[in-house]
This record gives sequence, structure tokens and C-alpha cells, in this order.
Amino acid sequence: MKFKFLLCFLFLGVTNLSAQDYFPTNSGVKTTNTNYTVFKNANIHVDPTSTIENGMFAIQNGKITAVGKSISTPKNSVVIDLEGKDVYPSFIDLYSEFGIKKPERQSSFGRSGQYEATREGFYWNDHVRPEQNAVESFSYDAREAGKYHNGGFGVVNTHIADGIIRGTGALIALNPNGTEGDRILKDRSAQYLSFDKSVKSPQSYPSSTMGVMALIRQAYLDAKWYADGHADNKDLALEALNRNKNLTQIFATDNLLNELRVDKVGDEFGVQYVILGSGFEYEKLDQIKETGATYLIPLTFPAAYDVEDGFMAEYVSLADMKRWNQAPANLKMLADADVPFTITTKGLDPAKEFKENLLKAIEYGLSKEDALAALTTTPAKVIGQAGKIGEIKEGAWANFIITSGDFFEKDSKIFENWVQGEKAVINTMNTTDITGKYDLELDGKEYTLNITGSAEKPKAKIEAEDVKVGSKLSFEDSWMNLLISSPDTTKTEFIRLTAKVASASDKISGKAILPNGDTTSFTATKQSSNEKSEDSEDKKEDETSNPEVVPVTFPNAAYGFEEIPEAENILFKNATVWTNEEQGIMENADVLVKKGKIAKIGKDLKAGGATVIDATGKHLTSGIVDEHSHIALSSVNEGGHNSSAEVTMEDVIDPTDVALYRDLAGGVTTAQLLHGSANPIGGRSAIVRLKWGSSAEDMIFPDSPKFIKFALGENVKQSNWGSGNRFPVTRMGVEQVFMDYFGRAKEYMKNKEANPDSYRKDIEMETLAEILRDERNITSHSYVQSEINMLMHVADSMDFRINTFTHILEGYKLADKMAERNIGGATFSDWWAYKYEVEDAIPYNAAIMHSQGVVTAINSDDAEMSRRLNQEAGKTMKYGGLTEEEAWKLVTLNPAKLLHIDDKVGSIKEGKDADLVLWSDHPLSVYAKAEKTLIEGVVYFDIDRDKELRESIKKQKSELITQMLQAKNKGVKTQPVVKKDKVEAHCNTMGVIR
Amino acid sequence: MKIFNITFILAFISVLGLNAQQMPAAKQSEAVSIVGATAHIGNGEVIENSLIIFEDGKITSVGDASAAASQAKGEIFNAEGKHVYPGFIAPNATLGLVEIDAVRATDDEDEIGEMLPHIRSLVAYNAESQVTETMRPNGVLLGQIAPRGGFISGTSSIVQFDAWNWEDAAVKKDDGLHINWPNSVRRGRWWMGEDPGVKPSKEYQENIIKLKSFFAEAKAYLAGDQKENNLPYLAMEAVFSGDKKVYVHVNGEKEILDVIQFKKDEELANLVIVGAYDGLKVIDELKANDIPVLTGRPHSLPNRDDDDYDLPYKLASQLAKEGILVGIEGSGSMERMNSRNLPFYAGTAAAYGLDKEEALKLITSNTAKILGIDDFAGTLEEGKDATLFISEGDALDMRTNILTDAFIQGRKISLDTRQTKLWKRYMEKYERQEAGE
Repeated sequence: MKFKFLLCFLFLGVTNLSAQDYFPTNSGVKTTNTNYTVFKNANIHVDPTSTIENGMFAIQNGKITAVGKSISTPKNSVVIDLEGKDVYPSFIDLYSEFGIKKPERQSSFGRSGQYEATREGFYWNDHVRPEQNAVESFSYDAREAGKYHNGGFGVVNTHIADGIIRGTGALIALNPNGTEGDRILKDRSAQYLSFDKSVKSPQSYPSSTMGVMALIRQAYLDAKWYADGHADNKDLALEALNRNKNLTQIFATDNLLNELRVDKVGDEFGVQYVILGSGFEYEKLDQIKETGATYLIPLTFPAAYDVEDGFMAEYVSLADMKRWNQAPANLKMLADADVPFTITTKGLDPAKEFKENLLKAIEYGLSKEDALAALTTTPAKVIGQAGKIGEIKEGAWANFIITSGDFFEKDSKIFENWVQGEKAVINTMNTTDITGKYDLELDGKEYTLNITGSAEKPKAKIEAEDVKVGSKLSFEDSWMNLLISSPDTTKTEFIRLTAKVASASDKISGKAILPNGDTTSFTATKQSSNEKSEDSEDKKEDETSNPEVVPVTFPNAAYGFEEIPEAENILFKNATVWTNEEQGIMENADVLVKKGKIAKIGKDLKAGGATVIDATGKHLTSGIVDEHSHIALSSVNEGGHNSSAEVTMEDVIDPTDVALYRDLAGGVTTAQLLHGSANPIGGRSAIVRLKWGSSAEDMIFPDSPKFIKFALGENVKQSNWGSGNRFPVTRMGVEQVFMDYFGRAKEYMKNKEANPDSYRKDIEMETLAEILRDERNITSHSYVQSEINMLMHVADSMDFRINTFTHILEGYKLADKMAERNIGGATFSDWWAYKYEVEDAIPYNAAIMHSQGVVTAINSDDAEMSRRLNQEAGKTMKYGGLTEEEAWKLVTLNPAKLLHIDDKVGSIKEGKDADLVLWSDHPLSVYAKAEKTLIEGVVYFDIDRDKELRESIKKQKSELITQMLQAKNKGVKTQPVVKKDKVEAHCNTMGVIR
Repeated sequence: MKIFNITFILAFISVLGLNAQQMPAAKQSEAVSIVGATAHIGNGEVIENSLIIFEDGKITSVGDASAAASQAKGEIFNAEGKHVYPGFIAPNATLGLVEIDAVRATDDEDEIGEMLPHIRSLVAYNAESQVTETMRPNGVLLGQIAPRGGFISGTSSIVQFDAWNWEDAAVKKDDGLHINWPNSVRRGRWWMGEDPGVKPSKEYQENIIKLKSFFAEAKAYLAGDQKENNLPYLAMEAVFSGDKKVYVHVNGEKEILDVIQFKKDEELANLVIVGAYDGLKVIDELKANDIPVLTGRPHSLPNRDDDDYDLPYKLASQLAKEGILVGIEGSGSMERMNSRNLPFYAGTAAAYGLDKEEALKLITSNTAKILGIDDFAGTLEEGKDATLFISEGDALDMRTNILTDAFIQGRKISLDTRQTKLWKRYMEKYERQEAGE
């Protein structure tokens, strides 16, 4: 709604003293311009919600001095009439690298990894660079500025896009004529952070997403400790980090999960980041809103895929198709949910796709007010410049654009972009409109001249006695040049007409040069100028409405839920129930599930309102627990150090991984998501329930016991990859890593106790201290007996406890020693021969360990095998002759015990959580299929629903393909088919899984 | 209870295995009769309470034990309550070509170069591989050993798994040419910083043309006077004569259709498709062109997020149900050690829609037909090799695939392995400890 200003009679110049200029001049006499420029008759959009129709405003010395319906015009004013035009505050982009030279990649030192920092006097990690200050590398780039001017931008916040903590940005006014001194509105305007390492250093750490998060946490802790004066050394980076503390903190992310992750880190340290988002925030709108962050949202919408080739179309996932369909509605959905956001041109040319995509967002429901706010007042506020930029207001910088009409309409254009009172001309403003139909008299002949098109780009059609004559018209800077083919069609000759058309007139006359060189004059007299150009009308009809936005599911991909499912009360009737308890395997038994718990087990139970499922001939078991998994993780290994106890896998859970659904279809309900085995001391675990569709947070097992991954053998030695320059490279060295770290952890604990106020809090040491205090369990990846024995001895001598040896392929050689120390074993059923250290791995391992009293489990370490863990357990009946009950416990109760969650899961017992699987057949047999998988009474997998989903996926995809084909037919740009693949993670998977 | 179980089986196995160093078994010297077992013939038929007799390495009689009990002769195996199966056949395997995946020195599966029909797997086949011996206790007694890599990987041979060396291992030499069909999509090399996604490959057509021109050049060369030696072209001779089958490793829908066209263009009578991930989309074309298929490992993940979670499980069974001649192969990660799970791959086909005896065909008679060794392998039928085994129970299910005896060409082979020995060795350690206390 347009709010009419009843204002205002302001007295100009009274409050506006010109600043004293102290720069000497040697190029002439000193000239100081204190004139006013007054704009009148404009539709002034003073801010996103108010417009002054037919208003006036004045500027002087780069600032706005008055705005109103009518203001007094000082005598020393240049007046510009903006009749019929709109004025908006120019836009602000808070994520920019404007005027900063792209950081150059340091040539890496061949193949060898680098583990130490390259800088001295700075932080121990090269990727923490808070001392970087954009303004020091800034120089105005007129060409780039031109692009921003074209897009309507007047101010950008630029920064050095390099490193994890990237240092401070600078708020730059894109003043086309001023000096850097004018343009720099604010030095150290905000601090930037990201997940990307600096290209200037090859330092390996951090090599993972959770490593980045841990590094930021540690840097914050160190900064505080440093600020308190406890460090003996000089650390310019930490000093800068402390200096930057109170600035706006902008965190650049490029995917939705990371957006949520950084907010978590911020919350831990009382920092509210402004988050550069992915453009897919709508997929997790509730969680996004919960962060309380303001978002910088890029307008880069996925292009439609080129799906004309039916074979290729098969490679595009439903998730990607949906993103194409839904992403343009992101801003609308954010606005509807009251999530504060600004818009950035990141990834776009501000002069080109920016407006196109902005209009698209508006077509998808974003209001113009919200769009304008996201480009003006919101970013101004975020950067602490409210009232100074982003509004047309007395005292604000004279940053505004003059447009031909409503900016948020397709046909409107920007004429001028004024920054700090200096104008950049985008389109000539007062172009005389010469369109219309004219009678042209030339050299004694009568022609009809029809000028169509827009005022800026007129086109001519000429007829002589109803016969079309070739012509070419150009109209620039009020000079018209018209080329006409000679009426003598046998010759290729031209008549050249030139005329100055200074203002709109019914008569155009000028000079004509005939083919023979003679000069004469011509006159064109307008018949009528009401005929609108036809082609713009034609175009309108082509534009059909945008495709309907399909609903978001949880996750927003194939097999997602339309709504987050809820716990049901279910009575399983007449099943073969594998209790894993004293009752053993009960035939023809009933199990009642109520409020997420196993309420009752027995015969002929009453449903009492619960849904009854006839389980005759079927087997009901507790859900499978996978002790060792790497599914649903965005990153597996932090291999940048030989210890990474500071990282936690809870930071990098990916709840959208389809492996979760597939595991559910294999009867798995709980998994320990482990750090990989790239280093002896790995990261902390995430114990999760496979709650497909829920958030990462909700998947974490309630009151999760604390775990950490250790590793031994070839992987930590980097035997099969790596450069061989990271300690340790032998099993001898591995021992010393543990001795060293636990020795240091003990010293750390002592120091902390002795100096509770001045010790340096170290997340890694804190984690090791938890182990020493027996608050955190170790699960250690292990292969050969020598190293297993070694770790047991290290633990004995350092007085800590090993909870589990995982993989433990030679556990059978040490089962007695493990049993003595009450250490469990989680192993593969039959894997071997894939590397040298599994030479002695035997499929009888589980049976032997079990026979010696070791709590034994079968684990997967593999997204494929994890969905058949029931069969892997079945193999122990073949290899070692376990009974079926013993075999079944290997994948249910025993791993639950190893994870210390057997009070909640692992067996069918009244009062335990209803994590259950209904199998079509004997659960240990190759013939069994999971038909229903429940977690806390919620049916997360149902074989019948799966069938329906297959149909629905097919239908949805074909609808979206039709939409994409229609888009392509309309001439929308498409991209080649891409199948986004995740790297399937194992223990030794490095880097970030995309 | 559990101790009892294990000692029982241990005792059982040590009686059978004794201390044999998995030495190849001696030639069959007397007739062997297996009495009373449920015989799974491998062609879909079952004989309850059967009598199977073999002499000089060949099956001489298969019938009903109750009717022909008196005929039992020679060494008699009472197999009442047990099951007899023809030896399972692992096609497109690399057993004996690599011993330890991560130890490069043990890796002989992938030669450099693109067009390598002359590269022969047989000569690198390690008959004494410790991995191969672990096939036998699971009933996998024969395998087609194929080279990997390149465009034309090379030439495979078919071996049995109880031999002194590759010469006596071979049951069919140089049986097939293995082609890796080009891919219409290309995976980004994520380790080189590329997007790991799959994109259309610009080289697809180009690669097909390369392959076709190789065939054309080879034909031309063979038709000429062959003045210059050209090993790759010479190795193609058996392909054109039809003596060497052509195994085309291919998975995509479009690619399979292109392979079918290739078969027509090149007039290749004996073309087998290996992998066929998208096979269910081209059932009609496969049928119409009578192309047999060795489907990829059922215990693998779907290729695409949107695919049915059970697509790899059901691929073989669905194709077989449509009347296509199907066998199951198991190439992929850790394929050598995983080859022993072949029986359970067939079990999976049974779980996903096939009758168990039909599923059994996927690793016995069908595979023998596809490989062209059905005259002597793949079923329990008179005249065929006595390559078979006795299992305590259903051999397609991991719970009950427990072999008591196995025979290759009538020779009673050891079911011991390095793994069973380690098992015994350490159980003995613990028994000694217990006794000492």
C-alpha cells in the first residue's frame, strides 16, 4: 500500500554544514560544489513500505537533504524533473568480492601432505585468518561496478573470500566518480567465515566439515584465553579475532545442512551468524526459522534439466527435479515464515540474471515490499547502517535509482543509478519518443514511415506506394539516422537521412543525402502516435504461468514423507517373536506397542484401540543395531592431524541420505555413525536412530552414551595412500601416538585443576580427559593381534578402558584377553583379502570371540551390507555353528550392549522402546524381507507404502519432466543432465562427501 | 551349549579335512554313491531320497534311492536328510588373478592398453590362491576367470577349483572375449576436484566407433595375407568363427540397446550381456534377440537414489521370470573374497520371486549354458562331470549352506582352508587354556 506523505517543508541547508576539505590542490584553483540537486515529480519509494507519489527530494554533497511531497528549492539548485518515473533507494549486496583480487592458490609441495602452519606470529592453523582486512587489498573496479550499477546496486560489502575465518570486509559505496576515500563507508564492516580452507596454504587440517567446525570452536576458545592474557607468544590472528568480535559475523555456506550446522556452533559461543544460504532453505523451513539468523539468499535457481533424451532423464533424481520446481518459491516461503533475509547476487551477474531471477521470485509469490526490504533496509540493518543507506531519507547517502516505472515489473528499466550523489547512467533518461506513423516527404516522393518498438530502440518500416522499402533506423543521443533503399529497386543504393530530434514533436525534419551525393531536406509528419507497438503485445501471450510448485516432503526427495510420521499404537498378532530375553523365541505371540513403547508381550492380547496387524507366519524382532556405520554423514574423516578427538560426527549427520531409507528396508533402526580410520585418535561418534525425514538433531539417540573412534593399522599408517610424511607410519609409532596424547591429557587435567582460571581449554584434550574419567567409550578399529594387544596394554598402563574393538578381524586370537578386560568385539561376518592386514581374517571370528565370552556383534562399515545385517548374522550359523538366538543377538542385543543402549533397545521387552521389525520369513535367512520397521512406535518403513511410493515417484517425475520440457520449449535455458552422486563412505573415505 | 556346538562341528571337520594341505585330490579310483539325499538337479528338478553314482569322474546314474537302493556301489555316502547340488559356477570372476586387493604386487587382473583380446587370464591364474580355496566350502567349484579393465579387457578361461596349476585347472580354455561397453555418462573424478556427479559423456559415440572399427580392422586383417604379426587381431579369429563368446559388460538402458544393435551389426551369435543393471527396461529387446544375461551382484546398492531399494535383489529373478536365460555374476568391490557368497546371490533371487529350484539354475545349469560348458557341468545328470557337493541343508541360505563333502570331477576335495585351520588352531588354544586351569 502506498502511504502518502503529507509532509514536508524542510529548510534546506540549515543543518547541513559542508565538511571541511583538507586536501591540497595543485591542478588548478580549488573548486567546492555545494549546490543542491533537486528531483521533482517522482514516485519516491522512500522505504519498502512507503511511497511519496509525485514527490521531491534534494541532495547535496552526496547526501539526501530533504524528501517530501513538496520541499523548498534553494536557489543554488539544479532541478531535475522525474515526471512519470520512480525512485528507489539503491540496493545493497552484503556478499561480494568487489574490488578484491582473487586469492591465488599456493602451489602445493608435490604430493606430500603439509601438516604444520606456514605462517609465524599467527594462529597454528593457516585457515584462520581473521586479520585479513579487505580494505587493504581493495581497489575500485569500474567494470565490475558497472555491472552492479546496472543491477541497481549502490553499496556492496566486499571481503577476501579465502579461508575459514576470513577476516573483515569493507562496506563500499559504488561511487562512479569519487575517490576510495569517499567510497569506503565502513572499514572492518563485518567478519566473514566459511567452510573453505585458504587457497594460500596447503595445510591439511581441517580436511572435513566437522574439522572446520571444531577449528572454529577452538579458535574462539583460544581467542578468549589469549584476550585474558595467558599466552606467552604473539598471535596476530587471535588478536584480530578478538578485535572483530563485536562485528556482524557473516558465515558463507553453500548447502542447507551446513547452514544449520554453523548456527549450532554460533549458539555455543553466543554468536548469531548472518548466514549466506543455499537457496533451498524452504526444505527445512522450521529449522531455518529456529536458528534466528538473518539469511543472505542467492538468487541462483537451478536451471531445468535437458530431459529430452529419455535415457538421460533417468539420471536426474526426483530431489533435483523438485529443487528446480521449488527453489524460485524459496524467498516467498521464507517471507511467509517471517525469516529475515537479504538478497545477494552471489553466483549471478548483477546486470543480467539478477533482475530476471528476482522477478521470478516475485512471480512465485514474493511481495514487492519484501523484495525491496531484502535489497535495502534489511541489509542496511544487518551491516549497522540503518538510516544511512537503503532508504531515501534526510541524512542518508544519496544512493538511489531512477526507473521508468515499477522496478519489479518486467518492462521497467533503470535510467540512472546515483551513488553518493554521483550518477551512473544506465539508460538515457529523457529519450525522445519518436515512435509513431509519419508521412515522409523526400525528394518529391511520398513515403509512409512507421516507427515502432520502444523509445530507446525504435525500429522503422517504410512503404512507398504500399511497397515495402528497405530501411535501417538508429536513434542515439537525440540524433536520428535513417537509411532507406533507393526506390529504384534495380540498384543497391541508399538514401541517408539525418535529423536532430531534441524533444518530442509531430514533425521531424533534417538533411537527406541522395545516392548521387546531392543533399536535400526531408520532413516527416506524424499521423498519430497512439498505435502501440505490436510485438510487445505478442510476447505477453507467450508467457504462460509458471509451473505449479510441488509440495515439499521430508526429506525433500524420493521416498520422503508428506508429513513427519507419528507414533502409532499397534498390536502385532500371532507372530513368531524373537525376544532376545529369557522367553527366547515365542511362537504365536502378540506384541502391543503403545506410545512408542513395547507395552505388552503375550498371547491373545487385547488391542484396546491399537491397529491390529496380523503377523501370522511372520517374525517380529527388535530392530537391528549397526555398531559401525558411515551412512548419513557429510564427512567421515578428519585426517589433517593424527588425532582428531575434537571433532564430532554429530556435527555432520546428513538426514537426507537415502541410505537411511534403504537401511530401514533392511530392518536397521539404530546405528553408530563413526569417524573414519585415517588417524589413531579419530572423532566422536553419533549414535542415531534412522528416523527418516526428521532433523539431524532428532535422529541422535536420546541421552546418547559418549563414544570415540580410535584406529590402528594400515589406515592410520596411511599404508595404501597418502604421502608417508605424517607420523605415524608404523605400528610402533601408533603406540607412541597414544602414549603421547594420553600423557598430555593427564598433564592437561592436572593443569586445569591447578589453574582453573588460566588454563587453555582444549577440546581435543577435554575429550581425552573424558576417556580417562571413564565418561567416554572407545571403539577402536583394529585388525591384527599385535596392535590389538598393544592398545590393551596402553589402556592398562594409562588407566583407561576400551569399550569395543571394531572390525577386530584377529579378535579370535585374543578373545581371552578381551574377555578378561570386558572388551567387546564388533566384526565383519566374512570380509577379508582386501588388504594385507586382513590376511588372517576368518569368518569364524565372531563365533570364536563369542565362545570365549566376548560380547560380540556383526557390524557393516558399508551402506550395502548394513541393509543385510540379518543375513550376515545368519552366516555365523554356517561359520562356527552359533544357535539362531545367539546369531540374532549379534546384530541386535549385543551391539545395543556395546553401545550401552540396551536399556532402551536390543530386545523385545515390556517397557523398552518399540524399535521393531516385522519380517516375512526367518530373520536370519536369505529369504527374509523386512515388511515394517518401527522406531519408537513410528512406522518408518512399510513395504506396502514403499510400493505406493514407487508409483508416486514415477508419477511425480513424469510431471516434472513435462514441466521441464515445457520450459525448454518456451526457450528457457536448460542444463545437461547431472546425477548428483554421493561418494559411498567407508572407514577410509576422505574429504567432504557431496 | 555353544561350546558343545562348536566342538561338535570342529570334530566333524577335522575328521573330514584331517591335515590335508588343500592338496588337490587324487583321481577318482572307485565308484561313489550318495544315498538318500534330496538331489537338486540344477535344471529345476528335485529328487527326494536320491541315489547318485559317479565313476571315473563322471556321473553314471541319478535316480530314486528307494527304487534303486541295491545299485549303490563303491564308496557309499549316506546323505539322508542332506542335500546334493551340482557345483556352483562363478562366471566373470577374477579369482586367482589378485590375492590381496590393496597389495599391488599380487594384482594381475588389469593390463595396460585398450584393445587387448590377446591378453589371456588363464596364464596368470593362481591355482593355489588362498582366496579361491575358500570358495569350496560354500559349494562354488567352478569359475570363469576374466581379465578386467581396458576397452576389450582380454580373453577369459573356465577353471575348476582343485588343481595343481592352471593347466589342469582349465576346463575350457580361452572361452570368451570381454568387452567393457562405453558409457553414455561419465562420472566426475571427485578426487581431482570435479563434481562427483554423472554427466552425459561426449565420447560415447566416439568410443563405440572405436570399438566397431577395431572389429572391422581385425576382420580385414584376418581376411588378408597376415604378413605382419598382429596379436590383437589374431586373437579375434575365434570370435569371428564363433568359438569364442563375446561378453559385453554393460549396464545402462541406452547402452544395452546399443549392444543389441552391435550384436546384429557384427553378426555375433554368441553374445552375452554382463551386468545389465537397467535390464528390466529392455526385457522385450533382450528376449527378441535371444540374448543371455549374467546379472550383476545382487548384494549391491541401487545406482540411483530414486531406484527401488530392492532393484539389485530382484533383477535376476525378474529377467528369468520373463524367459531370459539368466546367470548371476558377482563382480565389483572385493569381488574375489565375495565370490563365495554366490549361493546367497541365488538365494536372494529366490527371495525376490523365483522358485528355489529356478533360482538354483542361475548359478548352475543356466550359467553352464551361457558359458558353453553345459555338456559337462551345471546339472546332476548322467554323463556330466561329477562336480557336486553335499550340504547339511538348503545351500542357497547362509544358515544352512554347510558342506560335508564336495567332489570335482569325481575327486573328493578338501573342504579345509587356511581359514578353517586358523579356526581350529585358536579353538585349540582356548581348549588348552581351559584344560590347563
